[in-house]
Amino acid sequence: MTTNPVPFARVAPIPTAPPAPPPPEPQRKLFIELEKVTVSYGKGETATQALAEVSLRAGEGDFIALVGPSGCGKSTILKLVGDLLKATSGNVFVAGREVGAQDVRIGMAFQNPTLLPWLTIRDNVMLPLKIVQPFRADWRQKRKTEYRDRAEALLAKVGLKDFGSKFPWQLSGGMQQRASLCRALIHDPNLLLLDEPFGALDQFTREELWGILQTLWIDTKPTVLLVTHDLRESAFLANRIVVMSARPGRILVDEPVAFARPRTIDTTYEPGFTNLTHKLRTLIVEARGAAGAT
Amino acid sequence: MTSVKTEKIASAALIVGVFIVWEIACLVFGISEFVLPRPTQIIFTLVDRWPALMPHAVQTLYTTLVGFALGVSAGVLIGMLIGSSRLAYNVAFPLLVGFSSIPKVAVVPIFVLWFGSGTVPAILTSMIISVFPVVVNMATGLATTEPELEDVLRTMKATKRDILLNIGLPRAMPYLFASLKVAVTLSFVGTVISETVASNKGIGNMMLIASSNFNVPLVFAGLFILAGLGIALYVIFSLIERRVTGWANRKTEFAMG
Ligand SMILES: Nc1ncnc2c1ncn2[C@@H]1O[C@H](COP(=O)(O)OP(=O)(O)OP(=O)(O)O)[C@@H](O)[C@H]1O
Ligand SMILES: [Mg+2]
Repeated sequence: MTTNPVPFARVAPIPTAPPAPPPPEPQRKLFIELEKVTVSYGKGETATQALAEVSLRAGEGDFIALVGPSGCGKSTILKLVGDLLKATSGNVFVAGREVGAQDVRIGMAFQNPTLLPWLTIRDNVMLPLKIVQPFRADWRQKRKTEYRDRAEALLAKVGLKDFGSKFPWQLSGGMQQRASLCRALIHDPNLLLLDEPFGALDQFTREELWGILQTLWIDTKPTVLLVTHDLRESAFLANRIVVMSARPGRILVDEPVAFARPRTIDTTYEPGFTNLTHKLRTLIVEARGAAGAT
Repeated sequence: MTSVKTEKIASAALIVGVFIVWEIACLVFGISEFVLPRPTQIIFTLVDRWPALMPHAVQTLYTTLVGFALGVSAGVLIGMLIGSSRLAYNVAFPLLVGFSSIPKVAVVPIFVLWFGSGTVPAILTSMIISVFPVVVNMATGLATTEPELEDVLRTMKATKRDILLNIGLPRAMPYLFASLKVAVTLSFVGTVISETVASNKGIGNMMLIASSNFNVPLVFAGLFILAGLGIALYVIFSLIERRVTGWANRKTEFAMG
């Protein structure tokens, strides 16, 4: 199948060549900046280059989806921004300062729920409050009152109203994943790092959680980096979709997504949406092909 | 549920059966009580000599528990040190394996040399013998933290101490308790060996004296006391384990019930 030459009717003009400047979002304060970042795992002969001179900027409150072939370095970018990994060369800035130096609250969620089996769902969700300032300071006074209510309220939002006192093993995978999302959000993070958080869920649960995540994002506007393999997910949730090449990862396309919010599942069946996901798909297939040939 | 019950009844029946076969065999083959006394003789001796046996039993239990407590404390601390960093784990593990493969009995003469005979070498033997399983299990429990979970905590700027208290230690608990059951039994072995070699108190010493007097039923009575104490401690630690680390077994329990 060749690329569809029909213009994308409902989408704002889409640049077809890799755009250098970030899309002109209305005066967003710069929040994340990757400046020619290269990352190699290992040393010498056996080193794997995961990222090659990646530059990426995200404004405060932006919602960016990272898509690309498997192994292209998406998770690596999250690790860089979360200060879990040092760049081999180049710079990473968060909130205007070198990564790690600043005081951002980070929430993180993965494909696996990684809940602690010896804690109830509620205690699992409250864990960040025990660790992250300024919540940590009041942990002793508030854990039985305010923090507990806060956790319960958040659990209710994701449809786990009566499950706070249960243990993780009493919940299904999808329910655990909801709890894990709550844990990522409980401490009002201004930066959310999500690595395929819905990857292991069935389509209906996934779509439901898209809606929930969108609502939560609209409410508190954290900056989000979302890694996903699901193009519909990226187009539903993100303001910008960054398409990466096969390893070593580079940024191929930085696509703005202009659909009005709140988006609904119906949005995903509109022609503009389908065109966008189709276009992304073509890009990734090409990117994979380039790597697969070797 | 029924299968668990049957299993329990079966193992109780097996124990009783062994004693009955033992008793009958002794009677049928006319085995002398200087070789193998009958269970009823042993139990009679146990009851008959209880006032004399009791202080020895208390001494052995006391020595074992003190040694065990010291051993577990030391084991937990060393295990935490080793398990909290990958480097320490890799560096220290060979040394640990080396130490733990020394037969601990061999250190008794050294302790006697240093501290004279009596309670001290017994406590030390009991301690040293129980330390290693605890260290190894504690360190392993701590070293096997899910990397993704650690990422979550590191992005929250959790300190090493936060991670240890909230993740490491709770996760290491099942490993720790599994090792306690083993360690408490080993502790007993250590105490008795040391009492046998160099002490004038305790079941080990009592058995040694009884055997030199050819009071075989009394030797076996000592053995029964040791078995009883050993089983009691094992059961106590199993029960504590179940209470403290129930979460590690809940899944299967749930599926069964
Ligand atoms: N700890 C590591 N040691 C060595 N190589 C690594 C390590 N982590 C990642 N890599 C390599 O770096 C490359 C990028 O990894 P990364 O996890 O960022 O990919 P990804 O885009 O998230 O892939 P996926 O979509 O499959 O999750 C991969 O090819 C991988 O082989
Ligand atoms: Mg990944």
